[in-house]
Amino acid sequence: MSKVSMRVNGRATSGEIEGRTLLVEYLRDTLSLTGTHVGCDTSQCGACVVHVDGQAIKACTMFAAEAEGAEVTTIEGMANADGSLNTIQQAFQDHHGLQCGFCTPGMVMSAAALLKDNPRPSEHEVRQYLEGNICRCTGYHNIVKAILAASGQDVSAIAAE
Amino acid sequence: MPKDHGIGASPKRREDIRFLTGDGRYTDDINLAGQAYVHFLRSDVAHGRIRSIDMAAAAGMPGVVRIFTGEDFADIGGLPCGWCVTDRHGNPMQEPKHPVLAHGKVRHVGDPICAVVAETLSQARDAAEAIVVDIEELPAVIDMKKAVQDGAIKVHDDLASNLCYDWGFIEDNKAAVDEAFKAAHHVTTLELVNNRLIANPMEPRVAVGQWEKGTGDYTLYTTSQNPHVIRLLMGAFVLGIPEHKLRVVSPDVGGGFGTKIFHYAEEAFCTFAAKACRRPVKWTSSRSEAFMSDAHGRDHVSKIELAMDAEGMFTALRTDTYANMGAYLSTFAPSVPTWLHGILMAGNYKTPLIYVNVKAVFTNTVPVDAYRGAGRPEATYQLERVIDKAARETGRDPIALRRQNFITEFPYATPVAVEYDTGDYHATMDKLIEIADLAGFDARLAESKTRGKLRGLGVNCYIEACGIAPSNLVGQLGARAGLYESATVRVNATGGLVVMTGSHSHGQGHETAFPQVVADMIGIPEDMIEIVHGDTANAPMGMGTYGSRSLAVGGSAMVRATEKIIAKAKKIAAHIMEASDQDIELKDGKFTVAGTDKSLAWGDVTLAAYVPHNYPLKDLEPGLEETAFYDPNNFTYPSGAYCCEVEVDPDTGKVTIERFAAADDFGNIINPMIVDGQVHGGIAQGIGQALLEACAYDENGQLISASYMDYAMPRADDMPMFTVDHSCQTPCTHNPLGVKGCGEAGAIGSPPAVVNAVCDALQRAGKNVTHIDMPLSPARVWAAMNDATANEGAAQPAARSSGSAEGRSLGGQA
Ligand code: FES
Ligand code: FES
Repeated sequence: MSKVSMRVNGRATSGEIEGRTLLVEYLRDTLSLTGTHVGCDTSQCGACVVHVDGQAIKACTMFAAEAEGAEVTTIEGMANADGSLNTIQQAFQDHHGLQCGFCTPGMVMSAAALLKDNPRPSEHEVRQYLEGNICRCTGYHNIVKAILAASGQDVSAIAAE
Repeated sequence: MPKDHGIGASPKRREDIRFLTGDGRYTDDINLAGQAYVHFLRSDVAHGRIRSIDMAAAAGMPGVVRIFTGEDFADIGGLPCGWCVTDRHGNPMQEPKHPVLAHGKVRHVGDPICAVVAETLSQARDAAEAIVVDIEELPAVIDMKKAVQDGAIKVHDDLASNLCYDWGFIEDNKAAVDEAFKAAHHVTTLELVNNRLIANPMEPRVAVGQWEKGTGDYTLYTTSQNPHVIRLLMGAFVLGIPEHKLRVVSPDVGGGFGTKIFHYAEEAFCTFAAKACRRPVKWTSSRSEAFMSDAHGRDHVSKIELAMDAEGMFTALRTDTYANMGAYLSTFAPSVPTWLHGILMAGNYKTPLIYVNVKAVFTNTVPVDAYRGAGRPEATYQLERVIDKAARETGRDPIALRRQNFITEFPYATPVAVEYDTGDYHATMDKLIEIADLAGFDARLAESKTRGKLRGLGVNCYIEACGIAPSNLVGQLGARAGLYESATVRVNATGGLVVMTGSHSHGQGHETAFPQVVADMIGIPEDMIEIVHGDTANAPMGMGTYGSRSLAVGGSAMVRATEKIIAKAKKIAAHIMEASDQDIELKDGKFTVAGTDKSLAWGDVTLAAYVPHNYPLKDLEPGLEETAFYDPNNFTYPSGAYCCEVEVDPDTGKVTIERFAAADDFGNIINPMIVDGQVHGGIAQGIGQALLEACAYDENGQLISASYMDYAMPRADDMPMFTVDHSCQTPCTHNPLGVKGCGEAGAIGSPPAVVNAVCDALQRAGKNVTHIDMPLSPARVWAAMNDATANEGAAQPAARSSGSAEGRSLGGQA
């Protein structure tokens, strides 16, 4: 066991971990931040996406020890300061971009990373960017629509939500 | 103006807030004080006899609490099957024992052999690696047609054969059907595979078992679509725990699609081990484990024949199916290829004579059970593919051929034992032609051509049967359960109320949609209504959510309970306002006396119910809480027409979905936004089945597609935007809401549309390809175009053992 420290959602954290402890395990088990989900064991599904020093990272693919000293943001840190949904979260609710909610934290974190780099993506770019995020419920229609809407684009021409 | 509240409105989903902020509470988020973790050591061979298990080294490893084997469960019931099918000779199906942990033999890759309970999950895994299991490997039974031949190796030594049942439906019609084929003007034959799939809800299964020494009470937290069913099956049939000593909780569940209906060994294990180890025991499935332990879906090999007269009227239909059961009977497995499949074979058409034969077969594979649509996609796929082929063979327009055979008068009794109450198949077809812009197809075809791409158009219809019922009928058909639903409405003194429903929401948005109904009935705001589900400690005995039944059956129970509430509230109001309860009206949350200006607010009456100072105590009990159980008297029959447009790359065989449109008739709609979402998700799963997904076994029974690296899940860039419409509405006539159910339609209606479209594209390009088996991977499509034999890889080998390859573009050896 060794000690790891990192800032998570603006708060200093530390804990005892094994060398093999994954970042997602540290977040879920040590810090009880259970919003970050685990949907696979091959780094394919994206349910576990968080931001580490501003980069979208699959938290199942990184050891906790590698995040020593890092600034980590999880879904729990995404809402506005007053607790209301941020623009992306709000767009997901407005456009029914989630059903069971299991893929949703990863989707929101990926969408945030996309819009940071590419503030007005095309539909094609959104779909390409979500290559590493699997959703089994929505068929992606409303997720793509929500992300386009969150980027300030007019989605009224896109069929039913 | 769209409505902004109540039935027909699309309020934003209230559950979204917690899911979007990371505050959902899924089963894996539950950790109990002192819990231990279990890791299952699973068979890595498909079939074998367990010679010995050496646990000596493992038992002494750090953190190990206890290691369990099949011996520990020798005196305990096996996992029960909830449906007994009677075969065509009147005999019950063959039903093998399904032990919690393998005993004597392992029967599929993933069959659990040992369960290691340890302080941490890593320690449990480490110890499992130190266990040495000596297995005498036996030949694997994989090919369904070979499995039922005389002398075949048996999956279960104590059964007569690998044939679970040979079902004929309707046996008495068989001779007449055969006669009609002899007299037919034209017969179209098609052999096809309905590819084996894995449901893959994004949340893997989890179970946490708990036992309270002080009270002897058990609690199981589990990822289930129907906690009461788990309580009954596990309590009564496996562990012998009376239901009043067992609580089953399914909190937020991350998708189900059928695969979380069934009672699984891991649930029974964690509950049993919690007492045996005197501490909570938790299991979280990894995705790799899910691939080999979640029940799989589909896996039918069928031959369908359609007889027509000279005018193109369907005169008879005959189909033969081999349905894979896997190694054991999962909870509802026997019902899927029979009562959820055979009864749909009439589709939207007035074919007068139909005969369905299904042979269900045991193989050394993971058990197969219901997956979104369950039996209905298999029926629809056969029917809508053979009709398309028949249209081509006889030079008819596929839409016109369908239209001339449509059922147009309702109620309509089919030759396969069901009665459709309502429908308007021309209306959904007309709507489809409009929303899919069929008129613009030729221009799009020409445009594709300029880019060297082959464009194709596929259209089909579907009929669904939701809310399986009534209980006394399904009992005759072999169900060992009732199929009603329940609701308790508990009104609080201050007027807010809680609906405790036996339905379960795992993505369907019940917390938002159900209040829309009750709010409309009483005339109070939706936020005064809370939906509680997923906990046997507070919801009345209910059957859960599957088969698109929540609103049609569970919603109806809720309506009935609310009607009882309103009836009682009116009596209270009548007493207070000194009027007859016949004269009381409830509107907009206010009670009025007809013909007077007297009125009373909803909250005044609810308060009086709990503070009964001025109250008819002689005639009426205080309080305001009612329960209803609703048992429908028929299925509901959603229907619709779907259209897919594809482009095929002639160089690579890659298929791209360019457009997809769905015109559905779901009867009345409570929340259009949620309905659209359900259809989108279903279509994506159907497109996934048609183009991408294949659960593949090799001939030794190794599961080849056991991770997301190998099993192609649909991703965002595999899908187009969908055009969906549900404005054609013929309300259900026999439930109080007139609703039909929308959860499975997309997955039922879409696969034939995709395959029809690809065949159309190839035919337009002059290729004589009449069929390609799903998934239509580039390799298969390219091979079909180039007269080559594709490496079918995943296909059920039984598909290839048939002498007749008529209608198949692929065949021969893999
Ligand atoms: S859990 Fe990290 S990608 Fe699936
Ligand atoms: S909302 Fe269920 S997996 Fe995406």
